[in-house]
Amino acid sequence: MPPEVLSAPLIVEFPFTRSTGPVLGAFLTGLRERVVLGARGSDGRVLCPPAEYDPVTAAELTELVPLGQLGTVTTWAWNERPRPYQPLDTPFAWVLVRLDGADTALLHALDAPRHAVRTGMRVAIRWTEERSGAITDIACFEPVPEAADAPDAAPPTRAEAPPHDHGR
Amino acid sequence: MSSPAPSAPRTGGRDVAVVAFAQSNHTRHTDQLSEVELVMPVLHDVLKQTGLTANRIGFTCSGSSDYLAGRAFSFTMALDGVGAWPPISESHVEMDGAWALYEAWVKLRTGEADTALVYSYGKSSPGSVRDVLTRQLDPYTLAPLWPDSIALAALQARALIDAGLTDERRLARTAVRSRRAATANPHAQLRGSADVEDLLRRPYEVEPLRRHDCPPISDGAAAVVLAAGDAARALHANPAWIRGVDHRIEAHQPGVRDLTDSPSTRLAATAAGAFDAPFDAAELHAPFTAQEVVLRRALDLDDRVRVNPSGGPLAANPVMAAGLIRLGEAAALIHRGEAGRVLAHATSGPCLQQNLVAVLENTGGGTR
Repeated sequence: MPPEVLSAPLIVEFPFTRSTGPVLGAFLTGLRERVVLGARGSDGRVLCPPAEYDPVTAAELTELVPLGQLGTVTTWAWNERPRPYQPLDTPFAWVLVRLDGADTALLHALDAPRHAVRTGMRVAIRWTEERSGAITDIACFEPVPEAADAPDAAPPTRAEAPPHDHGR
Repeated sequence: MSSPAPSAPRTGGRDVAVVAFAQSNHTRHTDQLSEVELVMPVLHDVLKQTGLTANRIGFTCSGSSDYLAGRAFSFTMALDGVGAWPPISESHVEMDGAWALYEAWVKLRTGEADTALVYSYGKSSPGSVRDVLTRQLDPYTLAPLWPDSIALAALQARALIDAGLTDERRLARTAVRSRRAATANPHAQLRGSADVEDLLRRPYEVEPLRRHDCPPISDGAAAVVLAAGDAARALHANPAWIRGVDHRIEAHQPGVRDLTDSPSTRLAATAAGAFDAPFDAAELHAPFTAQEVVLRRALDLDDRVRVNPSGGPLAANPVMAAGLIRLGEAAALIHRGEAGRVLAHATSGPCLQQNLVAVLENTGGGTR
């Protein structure tokens, strides 16, 4: 028999405050106002979440682009047993969502039944009621009924978003 | 990729070899051991193999994580165990020990030391490692969502399945092959496996990954001794010469990357000379079954190459040491005369974000 092991709870904390700067700061402030911003990269691609520096060239990025509230699932994983602090406490899908107007995908949760989830499905942001300027201001994504995804039904920011053009 | 493609092979510098490797018997719990007590027997073992004592080592470098230990500067406790007085030349990386090995390799190549002790350890059991690993993620856009390591790996696996590059049955075969290979490895934690049909009847952890697609939760430690030139020849009859080693990193956001590919692995492999000649074996740090698919493609490994004869991280995955163990197992194949040219790989970050590739050979001279 091994000896009895003494144990005690340990709460690890990171007791610092950080400033978020002009790119992430604008992104997080935008979420508070129900606006999602992307950053235009060196090659013209729109990155969301926005990056302060281009992932390929490392150039400093400053141009922010408003994006749509709808997007497309690029990959997903079904989470039958949510863990503490995760966005939903009922079964949900982890998703990468490419928002309309963006060329990269954002990680979040999708509240949908398992049988409805697939790559390529259309989803919309579900906002929290009280927003604080954090990624969790997006409560989760939810499926978009096909009729609601017609161009006329899309929010204005979607129509203004630049078209996908990888050739720029 | 933020770095230009490597051009001319590195020249100059001295040949460096792995001359000893030791590891613990990796287990799910080591409640009765501190991290220091976990690592000390491994250090004694690796030094005994070479006949060296700690005070005759030119440079000491370690890898570990305060996030596992739950306290700042936790590595200093282990360093006290090694013996840091009279003062020694040492360094630490908050990374897998494979990156500590890289730092030591640079030190030896530049002639600042003739021998180096590299060790790393991780004690995952006190916390929930899949949740702890969320703390390595972007603190603004990812960490607040607590996407655990299995969830992120599952997103990558789904992307691979969508692309037609694998399926759940093939992933299960990888799990079975790895854990059955580990029956010959007394240090492995999971030795042996149920068959594919049985595994596929079991529930998902995070779909499309089942428990067998995920690494075990392991406490463990590993250490190697490096030596340069004649010192290496004096310390081992079959030194495992490091012909090349390089590491590269990709963007952190998983949604920026093509999760089915690993350009950083390919770039590191090119710089390390991996594509110059075929391999007898490869030790890949792919903690999840689907990640082996990505690495095989990036490294152009076909079925003729023995992958993870040790069982790999699917058989034992002490976080912070599992990458160094790949280098150690690769070297051990050469030490034992079982292989002439072996590839070793280590990874860090979510979904294979950062990758290190080393080429080990049984013949000295001509290090790239």
